[in-house]
Amino acid sequence: MTAGAWSPYILTLVTFAPLLGGLLLILFPRRDRDIRVFALVVTLLTFVLSLHLPVYFLRGQTDFQYQVDKQWVSTPNIHYHMGVDGISLWLVVLTTFLTPLCVLISWKSIHGRVKEFFILLLILETALIGVFTSLDLFLFYFFWEATLIPMALLIGIFGHERKVYAAVKFFMYTMIGSVFMLAAILWLYAHTGSFDFVEIRDQIMSGTVPKFPAAAQWLFLGFFLAFAVKVPLFPFHTWLPDAHVEAPTAGSVLLAGVLLKMGTYGLLRFNLGLFPEQSRQNAPWVMTLALIGIIYGALVAMVQPNMKKLIAYSSVSHLGFVVLGIFSFTQAGLNGAMFVMLAHGISTGGLFMLAGILHERRHTYEISEFGGLASPMPVYAASYLVIVLASVGLPLLNGFIGEFLVLSGAFQDKAVYGILGATGIIWSAIYLLWMYQRVFFGKVAHPVNNSLSDLSGFEKVAIWPCAAVALVMGVAPILWLAAIDPAVQAALTPVAGVASRVVAP
Amino acid sequence: MIATHAPAFSQTLPQSADYIRILPEIILSVFGMIVMVLEPLLDEETGQRLLGLIALVGTLAALGATWFMAQAPGLAFWNMVQVDGFSVFFHVLIIAIAAVVILSSYEYMAVQRIRAGEYYALILFGAVGMALMSSAIELVLIFIALEISSISSYVLAGFRRNEASSAESSLKYFLLGSFATAFFLYGVALMFGATGSTNIDQIGRTLVTGPIPLLAFVAVAFMFVGLGFKVAAAPFHIWTPDVYEGAPAPVVGFMSTAPKAAAFAVLLRVVFVVNVHDIFWVIWISAALSMTLGNLGALVQSNVKRLLAYSSIAHAGYLLMAFAATPALGTSAAMFYTAAYAAMNLGAFAVVSHFANSGERYVTLEDYEGLGRSSPLLAATLTIFLLSLIGIPMTGGFFAKFYVFSAAVKANLIWLTIIGVLNSGVGAYYYLRIIVMMYMRESRKEVPVTRVPIPLGLALAACLAATLYLGIFPNSVLQYAQDSAWQLVQPGPPETPVSALVSTLSESR
Repeated sequence: MTAGAWSPYILTLVTFAPLLGGLLLILFPRRDRDIRVFALVVTLLTFVLSLHLPVYFLRGQTDFQYQVDKQWVSTPNIHYHMGVDGISLWLVVLTTFLTPLCVLISWKSIHGRVKEFFILLLILETALIGVFTSLDLFLFYFFWEATLIPMALLIGIFGHERKVYAAVKFFMYTMIGSVFMLAAILWLYAHTGSFDFVEIRDQIMSGTVPKFPAAAQWLFLGFFLAFAVKVPLFPFHTWLPDAHVEAPTAGSVLLAGVLLKMGTYGLLRFNLGLFPEQSRQNAPWVMTLALIGIIYGALVAMVQPNMKKLIAYSSVSHLGFVVLGIFSFTQAGLNGAMFVMLAHGISTGGLFMLAGILHERRHTYEISEFGGLASPMPVYAASYLVIVLASVGLPLLNGFIGEFLVLSGAFQDKAVYGILGATGIIWSAIYLLWMYQRVFFGKVAHPVNNSLSDLSGFEKVAIWPCAAVALVMGVAPILWLAAIDPAVQAALTPVAGVASRVVAP
Repeated sequence: MIATHAPAFSQTLPQSADYIRILPEIILSVFGMIVMVLEPLLDEETGQRLLGLIALVGTLAALGATWFMAQAPGLAFWNMVQVDGFSVFFHVLIIAIAAVVILSSYEYMAVQRIRAGEYYALILFGAVGMALMSSAIELVLIFIALEISSISSYVLAGFRRNEASSAESSLKYFLLGSFATAFFLYGVALMFGATGSTNIDQIGRTLVTGPIPLLAFVAVAFMFVGLGFKVAAAPFHIWTPDVYEGAPAPVVGFMSTAPKAAAFAVLLRVVFVVNVHDIFWVIWISAALSMTLGNLGALVQSNVKRLLAYSSIAHAGYLLMAFAATPALGTSAAMFYTAAYAAMNLGAFAVVSHFANSGERYVTLEDYEGLGRSSPLLAATLTIFLLSLIGIPMTGGFFAKFYVFSAAVKANLIWLTIIGVLNSGVGAYYYLRIIVMMYMRESRKEVPVTRVPIPLGLALAACLAATLYLGIFPNSVLQYAQDSAWQLVQPGPPETPVSALVSTLSESR
């Protein structure tokens, strides 16, 4: 078969390959090694399959590609409608890229219930990919909710001391946030007769949805709340540090790398796509929340004695940039938001893996327990430095490109947003580099750290791809932006239309 | 005011088609009697097994009979029984529940040392009453069927006869239950006073013609009290936790699904066919109260049976949302919900009853600690049922909630929907607690878990298959529910059912 013939099936394949692997894994005997190898093979295979998407993606087109649209349930009118554009494309690839690394990083660190761990991980991967590929609102909600269970179980079973509290908190926050989205989705279905994203968007644009103007603000808030909890935006963020600190490394990587992006992706796709006018109107306070998130997250990160908590709060700060970029409604801002999403996935995923490696050796995340690690663990320290610099936003690494674009978008919108946002970069340099200094430089403070072993083979294979991708993204962002730019432009058109309407009459 | 009955039918004798229309009930009664007769003739050892087998065969035969019943739609026995898609749906559901309960009781009977004869017979007789409730359209017949099913349930609740809690459960259920049925009967009487008829179709046609008298509204409200008690809807729910806690676990599985399904079937007919519009607010309030009180109550329970009791109150609330919606959508959503709820709740109780062990010793949340490690398969099964009760995708519970909420939004019940979705968010917490206990805590005391015997395994597999099937391929069941709901609420011109009966009668001659 030629590559073109694969296209209608490729999304289904990529989405459900991990689930299939997970189901096969149930039948496996409890031989941990075989299970690990099998999980690695499945996730790698999924990654390779997913590379089909960017390779054959028609850049410059704004339509959804690789679409499948089949009826699943006749009444209510639910379709199995999948497709990707430049926005979701890279998020799918990010997911499939990070999961094999999660398998590698969990190779040694997960001892008991190995089978359950990898089954949950594979199910989670399917749900995550599904969130980004589904174009039917029902299907989207289906996958959205489906991510909850495996993630909560990963935290609750394989986490650290306060795992149960963290798992339940994570579950309840996201569950309660997303039921409002369900109500909004049901309202849309009741008044449009369709769950199809494209169909609903077209109906809203043409103004044929009854009672829409009265309900639009509530619908916007319904979707917004679900996504804001997930991002997490400032007042809804308290679940995140708990979940991160207690989660096993692989859980943290996927949580920071992909789960949080579900929120920003949702804002971009659904809030902007379906309610451009309300997005405009609500932008000022959303931007304010984003700015508070950037600065507050950074300040709290600075004083954290716990390395993992520090990284968790840095996520609050970074994701603030994404929201800032999205609600600046500028081409640069949205491009930047997309790029920060990807860059943050890579660099924070990498940071969590590095923190996990340290925890495995010392069973603590306390920064004060370390110091001078550069001499016993030189390779580790060097890898850590690359990832930290990527996260700080050093030019030539991936963090810089995204944040630069976001800030230039924010400046175009209103200078004050840009100025306040820019301080976030300074803060991030302070807390990350200060943390790096305390952990790696100086003399070895605790003698026990002298005997720490450097990166093992598995760990190198898990970390170095992150570092390499961070570098490539920083040097040649065009490889990613070529697909993102047209999609973002398409996403902006309705908002721009609103703006000109607001100005013109 | 007094409506004339069609004179042709008051004279005729029942025809063979009439008997086919109640064939499942006949078969269940016959098998129930066989069980009763054989019971004293067998010694205890063989009795346990054989009687259960006979009862099971009875339910399966009755399940087969629903096919014949479905082939003969129409009225029977002087307009007292109506066979349509709606009643066939509930027949299949109720009889299937009875079959699963019998399967899951097999082991329980032996472990708890309960004489099996009356037990199985009562389940069969109870099923007769419930099945009849779903097809009766004559209020007096509905009352009789309700009594048949209730009396069986009262006795079944007290079956752990050497346990004080079981006796308490039975007595409470009986006292409050008879009070509630009295309300229902009073409602029937008032309705007769208001419309001069006790036939639901007839009443519906009478009420359509003019303004609805206050008396009719009061009558429906009284009937709602009686049926609300049976479905454990707030504010008539107080009995539920105590009764569920004391009654034998498989019986609770039965009580929380089959009589509820039957009572909802009657309620659907009463609410949507009689169509007294003002009852809307009564249902609205009851739905909101049930969801909220049920969920809040469940949050603080430490006994799994009580927890599931409160959860069943909450689910009654979700289901009642459908009754506040428009007839066609609401009916089909409620039908789907009862089916999905039956599958997941029955499954959950089957696991609980197996795990409880002799004397129902292990029913607190702490007993479930570490179950995920000691018996992974059982824990995984229970997890799926609980996830379905939460309403997580891939399970029947998800689509069930989804359809109900969707029907409510379509009917513009935004506030009720918001109360509903919030509640389902809060509700997730206490189901999650059980999952947390099983997987995230280590067991602190020795809880013996015996192997799952084959009959129970079959029962669990059936519930699991149904839960997942409804969660992944909901279309066929929903389509069926929609078609039959449409028949129910749009019966066509008033003469149609009668003329259809005439033609079937003349054919059978």
